[in-house]
Order: sequence, then C-alpha cells, then structure tokens
Amino acid sequence: MIGSVALTLLALTIASYFFARTRAVQSVGGKTGHLHSRPTYHGLYTFLWTGLISFGFLIVVNIASGLYIDYNIRTSLPEDIQGLPKIQQEQIVDQAKSIAKNKPVVGVAATDRAREVRDALAEQYATLSQVRYIGIAIIALLAFGFTFWVTYSQIDKDWRARNRSERLILYILLLCAVIAIMTTVGIVFALMGPTLKFFFDVSVLKFLFGTHWSPLSGVFEGKVDENTVGAIPLFAGTFMIAFIAMFVAVPIGLMAAIYLSDYAGSKIRSSAKPLLEILAGIPTVVYGFFAALTVAPFIRDHGDSWLYFLLFFFGPMLGIFLFRSVLRTFGLHSLSELFETIHLMKIASVASLAAYFALWFGYYEEVPSFGLSIASESALAAGVVMGIMIIPFISSLSDDIINAVPQSLRDGSYGVGATKAETITKVILPAALPGIVSAILLGFSRAVGETMIVVMAAGQGANLTWNPLEAMTTVTVQIVALITGDTEADTAAGPAFALGFTLFAITLAMNVIALRIVQKYRQKYD
Amino acid sequence: MEQQDISTRHTSKKAKVRLAKRYAFERRFKMFGILAILISAAALMTLVYTIAVKVAGVFTENYIVLDVQYDEKIIDPSGERKTENFELSAFRKLVRTTLRENFSYVPGGRQAFPLYRLLSDAAILEVRKHIQANPELIGSTEKFPLLADDVTNLYLKGYYGTLEKLPSFGVAQPVGTSDTIEVFVQSNSLNVILQAKKDFMAKEIRRLNRQVRAQQRGIDEFNKRILAAETDQREQDIAKFKREVQTYTSRRDALQKEVSDLKLRIKALGGEAALNKDIASFFLKINGGMVKVNKISPDRIEGVVYRPLNSDAPAQEGQWELLVNSKPENDRKISDQQIAWIEKLKEQGKIKEIGNWRFLTANFSREAEQAGVWGAVAGSFWTMMITLLLAFPIGVTAAIYLEEFAPKNWFTNLIEVNINNLAAVPSIIFGLLGLAFVIGVMGVGRSTPLSGGIVLALMTLPTIIIAARAAIKAVPPSIREAALGIGASKNQAVFHHVLPLAMPGILTGTIIGMAQALGETAPLLMIGMNAFVVDTPTWFTDTATAMPVQIFLMADFPETAFQMKTSAAIIVLLLFLVVMNAVAIFLRQRFERKW
Repeated sequence: MIGSVALTLLALTIASYFFARTRAVQSVGGKTGHLHSRPTYHGLYTFLWTGLISFGFLIVVNIASGLYIDYNIRTSLPEDIQGLPKIQQEQIVDQAKSIAKNKPVVGVAATDRAREVRDALAEQYATLSQVRYIGIAIIALLAFGFTFWVTYSQIDKDWRARNRSERLILYILLLCAVIAIMTTVGIVFALMGPTLKFFFDVSVLKFLFGTHWSPLSGVFEGKVDENTVGAIPLFAGTFMIAFIAMFVAVPIGLMAAIYLSDYAGSKIRSSAKPLLEILAGIPTVVYGFFAALTVAPFIRDHGDSWLYFLLFFFGPMLGIFLFRSVLRTFGLHSLSELFETIHLMKIASVASLAAYFALWFGYYEEVPSFGLSIASESALAAGVVMGIMIIPFISSLSDDIINAVPQSLRDGSYGVGATKAETITKVILPAALPGIVSAILLGFSRAVGETMIVVMAAGQGANLTWNPLEAMTTVTVQIVALITGDTEADTAAGPAFALGFTLFAITLAMNVIALRIVQKYRQKYD
Repeated sequence: MEQQDISTRHTSKKAKVRLAKRYAFERRFKMFGILAILISAAALMTLVYTIAVKVAGVFTENYIVLDVQYDEKIIDPSGERKTENFELSAFRKLVRTTLRENFSYVPGGRQAFPLYRLLSDAAILEVRKHIQANPELIGSTEKFPLLADDVTNLYLKGYYGTLEKLPSFGVAQPVGTSDTIEVFVQSNSLNVILQAKKDFMAKEIRRLNRQVRAQQRGIDEFNKRILAAETDQREQDIAKFKREVQTYTSRRDALQKEVSDLKLRIKALGGEAALNKDIASFFLKINGGMVKVNKISPDRIEGVVYRPLNSDAPAQEGQWELLVNSKPENDRKISDQQIAWIEKLKEQGKIKEIGNWRFLTANFSREAEQAGVWGAVAGSFWTMMITLLLAFPIGVTAAIYLEEFAPKNWFTNLIEVNINNLAAVPSIIFGLLGLAFVIGVMGVGRSTPLSGGIVLALMTLPTIIIAARAAIKAVPPSIREAALGIGASKNQAVFHHVLPLAMPGILTGTIIGMAQALGETAPLLMIGMNAFVVDTPTWFTDTATAMPVQIFLMADFPETAFQMKTSAAIIVLLLFLVVMNAVAIFLRQRFERKW
C-alpha cells in the first residue's frame, strides 16, 4: 500500500523534472541562452523540492498515524479488558493486528470474551488502516501538488534556479552528514526507553552488582524479579573471553605487524598481507561455526593433555626467566649472568621434556594429563577463536602506527649501532606506544561487543568463575537469548535493552579513551 | 679513556659474549615475527580446511529409483481427480507400499519403519506434486526417483563405513534360510572374525588397565597424604583419607577382576564368541541371501537373516563371501539391517546419484536432505539492495559535505568524531536500534529485508563515509581549481569533476562495506530475520532470512548431514564475498589513479 504510494510519488517527481525543464525552455521561446540558469537546473530545482516535500510528508504522516492508531486501539479497549494484566492486553492487540493484516495469528485467545474483543479490535484496526492509507495518499499527493505548483510557477527567465538548487543541495548534503549524529542519538534514545522502564522496576545497583542472573525465572505479571537480574556473571564472562582473545591476538597481531613493516621483503609482504585481510573478511558466523564444531570439541577432548605439555615445555623457561628477573632487580647481575653462561635455559628445557616423556611412557603409559574436566562450551574455546578474529584488526592498526614512525628515528638508531630488534623494541615501539595502546583498546572493545562467536560457542547459563575451562556466558549472548527467545517481547526487552545500553556505554567509553590517548600522547614529528 | 681501553672494550671476551647475546635476541625477535605470521596462516588454513573437507558430502544426492504403481484405490478412491484434494497420507501409503513390494520378506507394522526411513519425506511430496501435475498417470506404473534420507545418503557416500570383502575359502553349509540360522564353514576363513573379537577385547583390557592405574594413582596419593597427616597427627584427616583409600581400592579391585575375567575369556575364545554392537559388523552373503553374524566359533557362524536365502544348499568356494563394515553399529546412525537393504538396492541398480542442485535451489528445511540456500540467498539479495540504496547515496553525500563544503567548526568536528565512534559500535547495538526504532517506531515489518536493510545501511554508513572521504581527498586540488578557474560553481566543480574522479575509490569502499554487511548476523537476529522461512522472498517486504543467519540456524542442527550443508552454505557465502572483494580489487587496480 505505502509502497505503491511511494512509487507513484517517485514517478511524479521524476515527471516534474521534465515538466519544469520544458517550461523553462518554453518561457524563452526555445532560446535557452536568455535563461539565467540552464533548463536542467530549473528541472532539478522542481525535482528536489517536490521530492523532499512529498516524501517528507509521506514518512512523517506514516509514522505519526501509525503511532496514533496504536494509541487509539489501546485506549479503546473495553474496561474489563483494561483490568487484565498487561501481557494479556498486548496479546489481544497483537492478535487483532495479525488478523487485520491477514497474517497467521500467533497463539489463541485466552477466553471467549477475549476473542470477541479481539475480533472487534481487528475490524476497528482494519478500518483505521484503510482510512490511514487513503489519508496518507491524499496528504502526500496534495503536498506534491502544492510544491509542484509553487516551484513550477516560479520558473522564469530571470529565476536563479542554479544558485537556489545548489543551496538546496548543500542542505541535503548537510542533512546526510547529520544522519551520522542522528544514528547515535537514535541509538541512545532507542536503548534508553526500555532501559529506563526496566530500571523503574529494578534498582540499578542490583543490576550492576548482583551476582545472580536468570531474568526470566522470577517474572510475575510481566515484571522481572530484581534479585535475579544481577549482571556480574555476564560481565565476568564477557571480560574473561575478551581477555583470552587479547592474550591470543595482541602478541600475534603485534609481532605480525612488526615483522611485516620492518623485516619482511616485498614478496613476503604481498602474500602475508592478503592473508591477514582474508582473516579479517571472514564473517563472524563462520568463526562461530569453527569455534563450536572444531575448536571447542578439540579443547574439550585434548585441551587437558595440551595444557600439561605446554606447562612442561614453557614452565622451565618461564621459571628461569622470572628467577633471573628477580636476581636482577636485587642487583645480582653477576649471578644472573652466571646462569646464562651455563645455558641453564636449554638444559632445563631438555630436562623437562625428558621428564615429560618419562612420565608419558613410565608412569601414565598414555598421553599425560591433569585429569581436568573441560566444558564443551568453555570460555577458552570462544576466546581463542575470537582472538584469531581480532589478529588482523590489531595487526593492521599497529602496522599503520609503526609505519607512521618516521624513518629518521630508525636511521638514527641504526647509526649508533643498534640491531633491528633493538631499534624496534627501544625506539619504534616506545614512539608508537600510544597508538598501539589505542589499537589494543579498540580490539578489546570489539571483543567485548562480538556476538556470533560467543552465541555459537560460549555457554548460555550464567556462571561466575575464574576458571576459563568452564562454560561462561556473555552480555551479547544474553541479549540474543532474550530477544530471540519465546518470552513476551515486552518482558524480555527490559533486561535485554539494559544490557545493550551497558554494552554501548562500555564500548563507547573504550573508543573515546582510545581516541583521546592517541590525540594526547601522539608524538608530533616534523 | 685510553685508546687501549676502547679497543679492548670491543674485542674482549665479555664483549664477544655481549654481541652474541644481542644477535641471538635479534634472531629470536625475527623468529617470533615469522611465527606470528605462520600462526595466523595456520589458523586460516585450519578454518578453511575443516569447512572445506565437509563440503564433499554435499555435491551429490542419492535417489532410490523404484517402479511406483500409481494405484487409484490409494490416491483417489473417489475417482473425481480433484488434484487439490489429494492427501499426503495417501501418497505416504503409496510410497511405503512400493518399498514393501521390493522387500516382500519384511514384516509389516513397526518392523518396517526402518525400511521406510531409508527415504526422505520429500519423496512423498514429490510423488504427490508429480501426480497433481499429471493426474492422467493414475493407474499406470512408472520408474520414479525417490529422494533418499540423509542417513542413507551418507552411507552410500561411505561416511558410515563401507562393506569390504574378506577372503573366504572352502564350502559353506547353511542350516535354514530365514530368521536365525547357522552356517558351517570348512576352512579357517572365520578366524578373521575371531581375531577382531580378540582385538576388541584386548583393547577393552587396555582401557580397563588405564582405569586401574588411575585408581592406583589415587591410592598412592592418599597414602602419601595419610603419612603426612600422621606426622602432623591430624586424626580426622587420617580417617577421611583412609576411607578414600578404601573406595579407590575397591574400585581398583573390581576393575582388576573385570580384566582377569576378560583375559580368561580371550583364552577360552576357541569355543564360541558373541559379537556386540561395539565391534565391526560382519555379514555373510550366501545363496542370494545375507546373514548378519552374531555368534562365531572357528567353523560355525550363528546369525540373523537380513535377506532370506534361496535355499540351504551348500555353497562352493567363490559362491559365498564374508563382508565386513569396520565401523561398529553403535558408531553410526544406520543399522546393519538397513545396510543389508541398501546393498540389495545397490545390486539391483536402483540407486542413482546425481548432482545436488536441490541445495542451491531449495529453501531451508528441518530435514537435512531437503535443506537448501536459495531462500536465504534471495533474502540476502533484497536486504543488500535496500542497504545499497540507502547507504551509498547517503554515505557519498555525507562524505562530499564533510570533505568539500563543511566549515571547520565544532559541529562538523562533532560529526567526524561521531562517525569514527559509530564505526566501532558493536553490531548487535544496531540490531537493538532496529528493533526499537525501525520496527517499533517506524512500523517497518519484522523479519523483512526492508528492516534488515535499513539496519545494515546504518551500520555500513561509517565505512562508506570514511572510504569515500579518503577517495575524495585523494583528488588533487588542481582539478577543483581548474574547474573553478573556467567559471564553474563550487557545486559544478565537485559534482562534474571531483566526484567522477573519486568514484572508483568510492565504489571500492562501498563494495567492501557491502561485503561486511553481507556477512553480518547479529543485528539481523535482533530484528527477527531468524524466522523459519518456507517461501522464497520475492520483494523486500516479504518475510525473509539471510545467508549468515541461515548458516547460524543450520549450525544448530546436530546431524552430520546438516553440518555438511552448513559448511556448503558457508562456502557459498564466502564465494559471494570473494567475488565482491575481487570486483573491488579490480576496480581499484583498473580505475584508480595515482596523482
């Protein structure tokens, strides 16, 4: 219905362009040189105005009348129905709308009375909709006609159509640029409405600091119980998974960026860069599938023995490294050097590997493991895959930042005899640090807001734990579960939008901080 | 400092050590860089490999071609030929009767259900559709390809093991032709089966022994703790630990007994052994029948007849064969009985394997063998159309304003900051915006490409604006100045000269933004595009789903066949993305100018 009105208007506005152009030509008897503006500008001017005005009216009247009809239907419910709980009223209204639109009805009427009211409502709604569409069509056409008449009658040989349409175009450009702001404002308002409504029933503190999350278990007459909406387990899960992701993504992404910008030849760069771009272009739902069907089962089945192996492999190195750091902090450099000269690190690594295989074949007689139980929807699996997803993000941002450090700094460092690695760690990275910190923050904000991987591979139940091998749920998982679940849309919207608002606030804060860091600490070269 | 000191500073032993250390660090650092690239590459390879390896099962689908007799009594008892009144249940009966005709020895009722399950429900629908289109066929008989069930299909492709011939010598003498029979074999051919049984039991012993050792470790651990507790004289703990030791010991002893029992049974295997569903399945093909081996001794088989024998005459060497499916029955979805039926159909040449166009042309279905991606592709198409129609013009005009016309003041600054922030807002937030504003306030229909397109347009807008600004900025000022110099207005300079030159860059950015939008799932879930859609959407106000959302929905089904179809759907989506990105790269290389 609305579509056909819109198409008609579109056809009319396009026609108005040709009418106006023709009239401009006729007004000077075909000698277009006498016109102030070329005929196309006359056409353009009419076209722009008629299009703007008629489509503006179409949209505004459409939205306003829709809201009015909704309001009208709700207030015209009979008194005995208005006494019913809100959910039942909503159900009756929704069913009436479906009937009026000839769509399949969801659910059945609770009582005979409800059915009676519902059918009456449906009829009322159908009539109102009919009136609404006709009204919209008439108003939009009238608006078109009036604008066309005004602009058409203005056409004259001295009419400055070009200047005017250019001015108009400028405003249209501005309007489009403002849409970006309007989107942000729209997000804030769209999230704010249901969130505020939710916080009328539930205290903000209990939401932010409660530790028990099962929002739909305590629902009574459409209101959630404020003791079951503590979101701490969700925040814990979100940050746990995001931290694991950063643990994977930051070292790999950063090292990849360093290697590509300072070590790799053009050949390697031209094949490694597309590789990272492909990694960045893979949809998150594919990563989710990979996490849920490949990585999570692998970690569940073999994660235990791998952890055992990694402990034996990296344990001694890490231990000796820490030990030497401690020695050095106490000023015992010579002792630290001594450890180095006897190659303790190598000896310890070999010894620990030998111990590993001895345990394998001597004691356990199978691949050794701790005997841990790993959930099949462990936070570790989701985090690792999310980390892989964020690698290209970190590496491309860091790459730009590292490349922005001027060559003169590198040359200076090489000039005093530093090796490449020393130049990078002691000159370039400190210079690029603000940028890298901001890249990490942006990556973290992305990890916090990522949805599909966790929806497919992380847990559903709230679980407050420090153990990354257990299933944990996240803010985004719960939003999806609430919105796509079977519960009444109105009841589920409260906690879902409150979570959405929190998520938006967190990510926005991180992005703003990231931008501020870059602006504040950026080294000004040249 | 003396000259001498400086030179020794760089030649002393200490200096050499220091230098070696620095070079070692250099090497290590470079290795870490290479390692980072290799890990990324390995991650990508693993991802692509695990998905691609599953796609092989989707290229073809299997049909069971049977002579279907379109019996008027079943299809249209009234004889009125009202095609729209043809009931599905009648056709189910027709198809089932056809199957039973081919396997007359299968008893009816419940016992025939596994037989019916060889076929997909789509087979029934397709027969009905065929008859509704050609009612004149009623009463005749025709070869009709009936779509096989996903499990049948997977077996035929070898995912549930294949039947392999074992060497079979000597004469086999069956006793009986149906139900449970015995077959005597005058050779050592059956030792293979005995050996399999022995291997299985040996494996079982190893497994139990592992458990014994685990219990033993528990005992050791708690004995240690008891010792520690005794020195500290913690009486309570000692008692607790002793109880633990007892439970571990009893469990260990029980397991050990099981092991010794098994060992005894292996020794006694010369006599008779029963095969269970955890061992490979053995079949005997003899006298036109098929026997599933249940019990075995060196010269005798006891088994269930899955296909009746023609006679109980002795079969000479070469006229009978021993077959094995090394995948145990408990590890696959298809039973030995069903395998026997399928093998019969295969021998009769009634199985036909053709290209799986259904996957590309069908809509989503809860049955793996019927599910396709066409509906989702169409839904994605309409959604992308809306996104393109909204995001491209708005994005480009916004970019033109910001780059060419905007004065430098707080307001344009605000717009810029805003755009950068919007680019980093999680996509699910855009979904909530769509739910509350596009559907709630604007009244656009739920689950429609229109609402999805609007949401995705808002989401891609920052990407397009940023790319378009970069492209416009790259056009050198001399172009503008030349246009202005010969009397063009500012608008004319921008729209007639700058914009066409910036267009390749803008298009590249737009395509990349669209590719992002095409893979986006979360916001579409929020606005209900995860609805189960049966019809292909033909307009942007129809209820629809999109490619990534359908991948998400399919991934939820546990069946192997569904996993394969999900992988195939992912490949289709990735192909679209690859094509879009290839076009973007082509545009960039072909038309973009370096000034």
